[in-house]
Amino acid sequence: MIRPALAILRKDLRLELRTRESVPAMALFSVTVFVLFHFGLHRDEVAGAMASGVLWVTLLLATVLGVNRLFAGEREGRALDGILLAPIDRTAVYLAKASGLFLYLVLLELIAVPAFAILLLGPGIGGAFPELIPILLLADVGLAGVGALVSGLAAESRARDVVVPLLLLPLLVPVLIAAARATEPLLTSHAGPHQLAKWLGFMGVYDTVFLLLAVAVFDYLLED
Amino acid sequence: MADAIALEGLERRYGDRPALRGVSITVGEGQTLAVFGANGAGKTTLLRVLATLLRPHAGAVSVLGASLPGESWKVRGRVGFLGHEPLLYPDLTARENLVFHARLHGVATARADELLATVGLERRAGDPVRELSRGMVQRLAAARAVLHDPAVLLLDEPRAGLDPAAAEQLEPLIGRASGRTRVLVTHDVERGLREADVVLGLRAGAPELAGGAAAAGEVRRLYS
Repeated sequence: MIRPALAILRKDLRLELRTRESVPAMALFSVTVFVLFHFGLHRDEVAGAMASGVLWVTLLLATVLGVNRLFAGEREGRALDGILLAPIDRTAVYLAKASGLFLYLVLLELIAVPAFAILLLGPGIGGAFPELIPILLLADVGLAGVGALVSGLAAESRARDVVVPLLLLPLLVPVLIAAARATEPLLTSHAGPHQLAKWLGFMGVYDTVFLLLAVAVFDYLLED
Repeated sequence: MADAIALEGLERRYGDRPALRGVSITVGEGQTLAVFGANGAGKTTLLRVLATLLRPHAGAVSVLGASLPGESWKVRGRVGFLGHEPLLYPDLTARENLVFHARLHGVATARADELLATVGLERRAGDPVRELSRGMVQRLAAARAVLHDPAVLLLDEPRAGLDPAAAEQLEPLIGRASGRTRVLVTHDVERGLREADVVLGLRAGAPELAGGAAAAGEVRRLYS
């Protein structure tokens, strides 16, 4: 399963490098939303729950863009059929797509999080970023795992532009809650003790459950 | 001679609309089945069922001794499919496409280079598929279809868009000379009859005629 998954992942990364259709769109979207919040909220900086909410809702919506594009290469020329004809475990397709989306999200955050700090955070909060890394990574696993599952489900649907957000966003609410609650104290100037471990554990359980579920059902999703 | 393909009462629907109804026929190893019928008669659906891309809804379907859909995994990798769509990635080069499929099928990448030369595309190997002509894409798609040396070839108008020289170039790969069991969908009645050992005529998903070369007169009357 690993060898075909790597072949599909390598192909997807090559296509993204060549076409630049997903990561730049996700990054540009995020930066644009931060600019809109900067002017829309009519204040120079935000903190605490507001800052955390703005960051995570923006990253979640940017994820929708990536999920919508995840099978775009396979749709043109019915290339997905070429993969389905191969003697491979179809879970390899899921692993490749989820890994690709995870990498896209990491790249997105390398751009979006500094942009968020510059546009919306006060000067005293920047030191929180090392602690933000495990939150981002665990959330990314969840976003990528569920995103690849939903993208596979909608791959052959003509209404996928509607189906993806309608299915994906409700499923990602637990990640949003956990990530936003874990991040909130990091974006507060004088934060008291917080429950980072609790929310990281919550996301770890969420990620595990959805990855196992996706591995179990993905084969059936690709059946006609 | 063993049966490479055996259909008994095959049925397939799209929603409530029947696409194939009561199709029964057998094709021996190394034989060619030519399928005739008007647009929408169910020819492409038949190929996609045999390729394991669509599940049969009723009847018995056996390909290379494996019963579909239960043993689809035994068939994948042993059939080659050349349809209306090339199943290629337009933004990858010709060689990258073949190497990708070689990796999925566990075939040495040297086979990709060998086939590029066979179909006369070695000088365009580094060009994106998007920049190739229709005939070149069809030649590349034929190379993709036989990359893993399949025992059964499923061909839907395989010479569409090819000039006579290019069509001749593909004969060793997809023609009778390949020695493979073939299912050939074509509107070219005379060519189909020349290549066929067995013929099947479809009308609105139901078999209109089925038999050996003796049915040539009836094929000409119905489909010429």
